[in-house]
Amino acid sequence: MLAAGRELADGLGGRLTALLLGHNTQELAATLGAADSVTYVDHAALADFTPDAYQRTIAGMIKEDPPRAVLIGHTSMGMDVACSVGIQLGVPLITSCRTIRVEDGTPRYVSVTCGGKVMVEGEIPGPTCLVTMVPGGYKPEAGRREGAPDPSTWLRTKIYELAPPTELNDLRVSLQRYVEPEAGDVDITRESILVSVGRGIQQQDNLKLAEALAAALGGAVSASRPIVDKGWLPTSRLVGKSGKAVKPRLYLALGISGAPEHMEGVPDCETLIAINTDERAPIFDAARYGAVADVLKLMPVLTEKIKQAKGG
Amino acid sequence: MDIVVPIKFVPDLVEEMEIGESGKALDRTFMRLIPSEQDDHALEQALLLKERHGGTVTVVTLDAGDVDETLFTAVANGADRAVKVRGEGFDKGINNHAASAVLQEALKDIPFDLILTGTQAVDDLDGSVGPLLAARLGLPYVGYITGIALEDGKVVARKEYPGGMVAEMEVALPAVLGIQAAEKPPRYVVTSLVLEAMKTATIEEREAGGADCSGAAGVTRVYLPQAAERARMLEGDANQVADALVALLKEHRLLS
Repeated sequence: MLAAGRELADGLGGRLTALLLGHNTQELAATLGAADSVTYVDHAALADFTPDAYQRTIAGMIKEDPPRAVLIGHTSMGMDVACSVGIQLGVPLITSCRTIRVEDGTPRYVSVTCGGKVMVEGEIPGPTCLVTMVPGGYKPEAGRREGAPDPSTWLRTKIYELAPPTELNDLRVSLQRYVEPEAGDVDITRESILVSVGRGIQQQDNLKLAEALAAALGGAVSASRPIVDKGWLPTSRLVGKSGKAVKPRLYLALGISGAPEHMEGVPDCETLIAINTDERAPIFDAARYGAVADVLKLMPVLTEKIKQAKGG
Repeated sequence: MDIVVPIKFVPDLVEEMEIGESGKALDRTFMRLIPSEQDDHALEQALLLKERHGGTVTVVTLDAGDVDETLFTAVANGADRAVKVRGEGFDKGINNHAASAVLQEALKDIPFDLILTGTQAVDDLDGSVGPLLAARLGLPYVGYITGIALEDGKVVARKEYPGGMVAEMEVALPAVLGIQAAEKPPRYVVTSLVLEAMKTATIEEREAGGADCSGAAGVTRVYLPQAAERARMLEGDANQVADALVALLKEHRLLS
């Protein structure tokens, strides 16, 4: 996101400011090196994320000094606040933006929609616009200054510490507690072989086929969002935006279409092999090898052949 | 507790997407529309809350085309009221800013304590209906919710963070919550009950007039992505593909 902001600020001849909200977390400002300055807002009500307090603070900051564009992460936090900030300030909103570029002095967005199957382009309207950014358009390194965070970076980045621009009382949402994920299940981030299943397995019963294949390969079964939402596998097995980023030597994606939310979890997989009945599935754009096939037919055949190969 | 569930219709991504002649929108001529999957979860969560605490569930949708069956199915599943809002251009698709403004108007005479809707939909480009509607109504919003408990006129909602971490947030009512997944998978209803609902239930129809689509950015081009690199494809039937895969796994030393 800092990389996109840098490109936009440089293209328009403007400045890039990072806005950091929290309580006693000023040291995090040092990690925002690609920005020209960091504005840090400290308040006890901002210690943990709640949509109410964060949205009021961000809206207040934008109102005081409206920038040309405000980039917000397209995350479970960012998407709780972006819409209300936009409506409250009467500012347009673009979501799922992957890249930003400046063409003839006009900033333009490219957003990804329909599970990665469709791209949408247009101008980022002025005078102020909100944009939520999905990963995948920039390398994270591009948003960091070399060697950051270290004391020299710290000194080069101007940090302005402010109080919230608005009262943070009468909040209607409050954090009660965090619940850690249940331990004891397989840790998919440590597996070197993952057999990952998606909507294409069709029925809960068919998970057995994936389990058998994973057992033959000496790996574990992971899944995309629909499988977890159906309650077929626990959240601990979820790969992607709301789950885990995995880095196995082999990632066998079975019946997974490759929506951007899922692909966020797999960029560090060494070898990605995808099997899907839809030859246009976006997963084939990221996979090293692919096959258009019915995973339900393929899984038992493949399991047998792997057993034979290992036995022989 | 009275709950409203707005349902959004979205393109069925199983079908091929085609670009319209203008090059600025999807071609909707043959597009199959289905209710957004997360909205199904929102309805399920609403029905679970009704079973536990009583009250009513009202489903509301914009008339994007063939929406009646979905509304009758919701009634067959346990919803008390079904509302369909007609308006100019709804069949061609209106953005979420416009949809949330239409819903805000429709909700003026529908009492509610809680609005549950999907956290997002697959074709969102200008935010999502839930948080936009919350902002228009001046109500609190929390999204990515996977469970709701009701305690003393407040709800405690389980909000999911990446990696499986959950934050339990207390939210004052009335409120809007964006559902990622219901506590249980959405229920299925037998066709006979849907047919019965079609005979006995009534869909309340409203007229909204036009839709104000401001608040979203303009679109100059819509296109299907062309990947710079694509997977090396293995050809053949299941048997041949399996053979090719075993050979690949051997080559990459993944069978040892």
